[in-house]
Amino acid sequence: MRRFALIAAPYLWLLALFLVPFAIVLKISLSDYAISIPPYTPQFDWATGIGAFLEKLDFENFIWLTEDDLYWKAYLSSLKIALISTFMTLLVGYPMAYAMARAPAEWRATLMMLVILPFWTSFLIRVYAWMGILSNEGFLNQFLLWTGMISEPLTILNTNTAVYIGIVYTYLPFMILPIYAALERLDDSLIEAAEDLGCSRLTAFWLITIPLSKTGIIAGCFLVFIPVIGEFVIPSLLGGSDTLMIGKVLWEEFFSNRDWPVASAVAVVLLLLLIIPIVLFQRNQQKQEEADT
Amino acid sequence: MTSPVFEPWNDPEAKPLIEFQNVTKRFGSFTAIDDLTIGIYEKEFFALLGPSGCGKTTLMRMLAGFETPTEGAIFLAGQDMAPVPPNKRATNMMFQSYALFPHLSIWDNIAFGLKRESMPKPDIEARVDEMLRLTRMEKFARRKPHQISGGQRQRVALARSLAKHPKLLLLDEPLGALDKKLRQDTQFELMDIQEKTGTTFVIVTHDQEEAMTVASRVAVMDNGKIIQVSTPDRIYENPNSVYVADFIGEVNIIDGTVTPNGPDSYSVAWKDGQPPLNVISPTAFSDGQSCHLAIRPEKVTINAEKPADVDNVVQGKILDIAYLGNISTYHVELPSGVVIKAQSANTRRISRRAFTWEDTVWLSWTATAGVLLAN
Repeated sequence: MRRFALIAAPYLWLLALFLVPFAIVLKISLSDYAISIPPYTPQFDWATGIGAFLEKLDFENFIWLTEDDLYWKAYLSSLKIALISTFMTLLVGYPMAYAMARAPAEWRATLMMLVILPFWTSFLIRVYAWMGILSNEGFLNQFLLWTGMISEPLTILNTNTAVYIGIVYTYLPFMILPIYAALERLDDSLIEAAEDLGCSRLTAFWLITIPLSKTGIIAGCFLVFIPVIGEFVIPSLLGGSDTLMIGKVLWEEFFSNRDWPVASAVAVVLLLLLIIPIVLFQRNQQKQEEADT
Repeated sequence: MTSPVFEPWNDPEAKPLIEFQNVTKRFGSFTAIDDLTIGIYEKEFFALLGPSGCGKTTLMRMLAGFETPTEGAIFLAGQDMAPVPPNKRATNMMFQSYALFPHLSIWDNIAFGLKRESMPKPDIEARVDEMLRLTRMEKFARRKPHQISGGQRQRVALARSLAKHPKLLLLDEPLGALDKKLRQDTQFELMDIQEKTGTTFVIVTHDQEEAMTVASRVAVMDNGKIIQVSTPDRIYENPNSVYVADFIGEVNIIDGTVTPNGPDSYSVAWKDGQPPLNVISPTAFSDGQSCHLAIRPEKVTINAEKPADVDNVVQGKILDIAYLGNISTYHVELPSGVVIKAQSANTRRISRRAFTWEDTVWLSWTATAGVLLAN
């Protein structure tokens, strides 16, 4: 009985804060736009009953998503940005995680702290700080002009480059931590054994270190990829007019157009798209657990 | 028909495969290896024996190339090894943790080193199969390391390190993780494989029984120095110091002063009121020199009556009996308070044992039973 209560608590939590809101969003996505408060119809009415209410729901908004190329272009563009930035985060994060795992044991806790430290400042403030660094009169341009490497300020802010920089910066800890966890468990004698059997340092890294940190790499990539697809703050603050991401489209649909039904449809499709990588991620975790036992 | 004795270390013509010349290794202010010179010959099964921290593992890691000597030089087949990185050395190592690659199958683990040499594929397959046969692991080729037992992992590690035909195989406490019975079986297997392949083996161990069983020569180490290098029987019967005598097996150490009383014969005064002991020693001692007499318990006879016509006899009382099944060790306290251990085989059932606690007994040993040591 107590065990049941223990399991029930998180499920009730999920039911109240995820499933119920999702059901509401799903319902709105099947409704029609209306100039009213709230701005959609039908509303549930006790007088007419559930049958009449359900009859008025349709898939119009989902069909609309396929007709206007803005939406699938935004989905594709989000996918592209998420893939590229995940890859870049991996390129930056792996060497950092490797260096942390190879550092003397008494340093590791401090290095770990440094990775987590940015979370102590609000995410918004950190993104605004990047605006200060990347703008035409920002620190980066001033520094480059001062060193004489450039004569004209570079336009970085409000481009996709700024979005990539922002994403890599923000999501780096999510990449580093799982890779670090995998690398730290790695037995040094495996590398020595590989060298003893004729590997150079580089081939030993490629044949032993990389495969044995694979689960960490996969976990890190999913932890970055999944939230980046729906990312809204970074593209809207650092990106330009040509930065097309589904999170931004969703926001504009909801707040600028006040078209709640279409916005809800966009959200539902996004969720369905994200379920695929989430399922893959869970299978990776499961495999890892099996390998550990 | 007698087979030729394998003793290259007694042959002045033989050239050692490995030579350490005045090798010193320091880690910061700690000296792990202290001015060490030694030669290891081809086809030898050489054991480095010592307590943990004596430098034996460092010595082995220098052979593998994971450490470089601070001073001195190491030669393998006449070639100075200092500039040669581990992956270019004709040595292979079997790690204490086995260090099997967990993401590769047993087959791929064994093939790992061969693939690095860009050997043709059929040759790799033939060699891996040969190694699997040698270690009787054919059935497990497709398994992953975590799917086999500890003893099987140990055999895979051996197969992997032998696959590349190393000139020298290094074994770092190879049997440490196995239980006693399996360890004993594996020791004989190791000797078999060493004989079959003709590879030179260097084994690091802290288990003296293991070293004595497998090795053609044993080097006893302490504090970065080699105290004695010799065949197992000579290490046991003729230790060159109290340290070696004490490290290998059980021993009684009696301190005293010598007086020569004949050719190679000495009388040792050891306790007031006790008659001096008669000892024959090939090593010369001067009159009045202090010495230590080392006698193995099994060379001390325990008697109920005072035996006649023996070189040495002392009387005492049985303080303790350690019953080991096949043998018993009797701790006999002499009137002076010295405790001497004597061992005898339990040829009778325990209920019919001749001696028990508090019995007064006579211990005797011959003049040649003990070894007289200066330090």
